Amino acid sequence: MSDIPDRVRKIVVEHLGVEEDKVTESASFIDDLGADSLDTVELVMAFEEEFGIEIPDDAAETIQTFGDAVKFIKEAS
Amino acid sequence: MFDLTGKCALITGASGGLGGAIARALYDAGATVGLSGTREAPLRELAAELGERAHVLPCDLSDAEAVTALPKQAAEAMGAVDILVNNAGITRDNLFMRMSDDEWQSVLDVNLSATFRLCKGVMRGMMKARWGRIVNISSVVGSIGNPGQANYAAAKAGMVGMSKSLAHEVATRGITVNAVAPGFIETAMTAKLTDDQRAGLLQQVPAGRMGAPEEIAAAVLYLASPEAAYTTGATLHVNGGMAML
Repeated sequence: MSDIPDRVRKIVVEHLGVEEDKVTESASFIDDLGADSLDTVELVMAFEEEFGIEIPDDAAETIQTFGDAVKFIKEAS
Repeated sequence: MFDLTGKCALITGASGGLGGAIARALYDAGATVGLSGTREAPLRELAAELGERAHVLPCDLSDAEAVTALPKQAAEAMGAVDILVNNAGITRDNLFMRMSDDEWQSVLDVNLSATFRLCKGVMRGMMKARWGRIVNISSVVGSIGNPGQANYAAAKAGMVGMSKSLAHEVATRGITVNAVAPGFIETAMTAKLTDDQRAGLLQQVPAGRMGAPEEIAAAVLYLASPEAAYTTGATLHVNGGMAML
């Protein structure tokens, strides 16, 4: 449970090719980390697989920042 | 050229003349094929004729749940879906003024909505693989219209617009989405035509003959191949010159 932020950060760093220290709590995937809308879909897919959860489309739309993702996954897993 | 060894292709409507020819062409190029269709017996026959890389995956495309489940079943049977050919189609012809909601809806469901659902179902695997080929079988009728086929023409034109939009979205992921628009081809669908209708149609075809299913399959094979990586959002018209688009 406590390693969720690290695992999420690793996925984001790998997928978007950004520096680890850029992935802050409030970092927006699209505005701050250079993701396009399809990248955000792929990130959600990667989160689903890493954590064995299902993220429905309407929930996926609310995951805009690194912090959003960690919060959602903590609640879902 | 056009070596599909190691690729897995799902083909809908494989029990029909066109789908069978497409499946055969992809199989002969080395692909593993998933043969889908409503009628299981002709699928089994075709699979037996092709060989061990052929899998039978019956599915009723008018059943939304069954359609949604098909990509998963295909991936389980073959290991992946690298190539999707949306070939299945039905007609419910009627004059526009007499066309019922049911005739309209059933053609849209099978020809267009099932294509949407299947494309969506295979997309995750293709995105992860950074490689994918979708070939949607449209029709010349989608471009030029045909009396009695408002529903069919709408669905076939819809496939083209959908293909182009999806092609835009996934081009950076190595996935291409194209359409093939056959003209009049010798299949069960055109066998229903009367001799007069047939003669009238052929007058519109500069080639002076109907096309063979294999001539459509060749176009699909190209679009499914690694060589076609830079061709996306295109519609390949294979119609003997009847509409030079």
